[in-house]
Amino acid sequence: MNPKRKNRLILVLLILAGVGAAVTLGLKALDQNLLYFFSPTQVKAGEAPIGHSFRLGGLVQKGSVVREKDGLTIHFDVTDGAETIAVTYTGILPDLFREGQGIVATGKIDGSTKAGKMHFIADEVLAKHDENYMPPQVQEALDKAHENGKKKLAENAAEAATSQSMPGGNAQ
Amino acid sequence: MIPEIGNFSLIIALSVALFLATVPLYGAQKNNLQLMQFSRYAVVAQFVFILIAFIALVYSFTADDFSVKYIASNSNSALPMIYKISAVWGAHEGSFLLWLLILSCWTLAVAYFSKSLPITMTSRVLSVMGMLSIGFLLFIIFTSNPFERLFPAPMDGRDLNPLLQDPGLAIHPPMLYMGYVGFSVVFSITIAGLISGQLDSAWARWSRPWTVIAWMFLTLGIALGSWWAYYELGWGGWWFWDPVENASFMPWLIGTALIHSLVVTEKRGAFKSWTVLLALIAFSLSLLGTFLVRSGVLVSVHAFASDPTRGSFILAFLVLVIGGSLMLYAIRGSSMSGGGHFNLFSKDTFMLLGNILLSVACAMVLLGTLYPLLDQMIDLGKLSVGKPYFNAVFVPIMLPALVIMSMAPLMRWKSDSFGRVFKQMLIPLAIALSIGIALFFMEKGSIMIAISVGLAALIFSSVVMSIINRVKNKGALGTALKKIPLSFYGMNLAHIGVAVFIVGVTFTESMSLQKDLRMETGDTISLGGYSFTFEGAESRQGPNYIAYEGAVSIINSEGDAIGTMTPQKRVYQVRGMPMTEAGIDAGLFRDLFVALAEQLDNGAWSLRIYYKPFIRWIWLGCILMALGGFLAILDKRYRLRVAQ
Repeated sequence: MNPKRKNRLILVLLILAGVGAAVTLGLKALDQNLLYFFSPTQVKAGEAPIGHSFRLGGLVQKGSVVREKDGLTIHFDVTDGAETIAVTYTGILPDLFREGQGIVATGKIDGSTKAGKMHFIADEVLAKHDENYMPPQVQEALDKAHENGKKKLAENAAEAATSQSMPGGNAQ
Repeated sequence: MIPEIGNFSLIIALSVALFLATVPLYGAQKNNLQLMQFSRYAVVAQFVFILIAFIALVYSFTADDFSVKYIASNSNSALPMIYKISAVWGAHEGSFLLWLLILSCWTLAVAYFSKSLPITMTSRVLSVMGMLSIGFLLFIIFTSNPFERLFPAPMDGRDLNPLLQDPGLAIHPPMLYMGYVGFSVVFSITIAGLISGQLDSAWARWSRPWTVIAWMFLTLGIALGSWWAYYELGWGGWWFWDPVENASFMPWLIGTALIHSLVVTEKRGAFKSWTVLLALIAFSLSLLGTFLVRSGVLVSVHAFASDPTRGSFILAFLVLVIGGSLMLYAIRGSSMSGGGHFNLFSKDTFMLLGNILLSVACAMVLLGTLYPLLDQMIDLGKLSVGKPYFNAVFVPIMLPALVIMSMAPLMRWKSDSFGRVFKQMLIPLAIALSIGIALFFMEKGSIMIAISVGLAALIFSSVVMSIINRVKNKGALGTALKKIPLSFYGMNLAHIGVAVFIVGVTFTESMSLQKDLRMETGDTISLGGYSFTFEGAESRQGPNYIAYEGAVSIINSEGDAIGTMTPQKRVYQVRGMPMTEAGIDAGLFRDLFVALAEQLDNGAWSLRIYYKPFIRWIWLGCILMALGGFLAILDKRYRLRVAQ
């Protein structure tokens, strides 16, 4: 191999190694830093990881906001219409945080509490800067919960209907 | 009436653009001088009609014509005049009109400043720019027309988003667009070169000033955006790795790589196909950025689907521009000759490595930005990629790039020896090491601070070293300094800008102090050697908002009063939207930042207080980079004289 070719080969190999290392690093970092979004219904169903950060989205339940004496620690409930999760946050809330407003909170489920009474510790609360804006994931979660609620109602109604029609069937 | 004139001018501009995109191109192919000369007139006509349309929109905004839908949703009669004007580019439709206006300005500039170039080249370049203009005109006229009327007209408008009612944000988009659209020039030159097969060092020399000007505007635009986010939006942050920010940062990274690889192509004839590729990608990323930001795709794919015509138009245009140019590249790329040979240890190699690092960094940012989108499309569940990813990926790629940046200017083209370069680097290395070690053992010092500030020192001292090399043994200092070309000063100033930026980022990120707390009137707290006393808050009436204005007086460690900051909590009346206006005491070595958060019981407020060391250096660094670019284009060697 002549020296010119050899030089070029070394250069190409170096570049490939460097780019390869960067891509590996990148994918690894991506894998570790993805934040998944869950609705309260999903969290209650146990789909959210315990002890890992994720994003919780929904509406701030009306009348649930309680502020502690220090003025900075705040407790509130996040709901998607079907289920609610209690959230605690210490710090300054975004300007558009209000009861009834859609929010997305990033944080972890507090592992120390007993199952059934889930408690979410938020390190960040986001409320978008537009009074009409609903985070799309929150909107979807709300729609889903609403639909499920309807389905449940319909099922209940159908069950009720069949149980009512039973005696009639017997009578025949 | 006026909006109809605007609309009509856009349609005339479209027909002019259709001629511009075809006639000169055909003329260049057939070598018909008359047809080629037509391009200059078409460019002027196109500019005039687009300008008329833009003025019509500005006029309608200032005249509060709420029968225009776009104005009704983005303005209000109570809005101060300056924001009525900046509201023109405050949302989707108008910002595309601004984009188009700037594109026609750049086209005009190319036509005007290229009289010394071969006319076949100029006509092809102008034709390609005409094609881009057609795409935007069609998009505006058919899917995002700012002149669309609203029946019945509302009594008053829904107001400009209060976040955008700010002087910083009034000039941020025009600056950014000057940068984005500026890359269309080098894109068009490259396409013209690919069509004619004429990609020589003249092509590179001719592209350089245009690329540098665009890059300069982009740098300033991004810096302005970051500064705005700091005082208006971010509660003291300066960069969030938000998709919208990334969209402007990616073309910047590729543009920076392009500036450097154009140098190699011009001086050494090497890396031709790489340079061509970067030129195409820089503009493609600008287009992608504009569309991603303005179409709302990044917020959610669902927003994309909410307006299918807009969405599919955008997709078709992107595919056409990016796919078409890459196709041309694939067909013509093989005919490009290799250029000069170089050794493994040479400036050429180091320029290439720097380029690759910048491109890989850009690819990583692109991955993080688009990943949630891809994921949503194949419906794996909803996720987002946060700041930790970008920091984890970006910093390790940039550190070696900084080492290369400090060495490459001291190296020789084609072939150099390690021993010679090492001797040159000896003093800078000693300075960097001693600063790094000192910082490591400083109070609150860490290995990260030591490395990054050490690297900044390395860059700075090697810049000084390379200037000393230039004047050594050249007689009197004054005349020797004068003999150095301006572009050399420009490069070094830009590199110093990077060093200043790094120092700013490092200290801001590692040494900032923050406190969120509840304060009653008269309460005092100390932070970073300053004591802050809350003097209470009272209400105040603004032009279109009401506000609580707090007063916080500050005393430094010597007991001298520094002043009183007046942070505000505003509620904009039309939208009923609350806004936080921070009180900032700015200084070269530290910023003090106070924000009113929420009103609590009996006159108490929750406040956020920051001590931010060196944060001004971040933007100062960007200004120095842009100034460096400015010096470089003043260099006589880049005046556009190619034709002789």
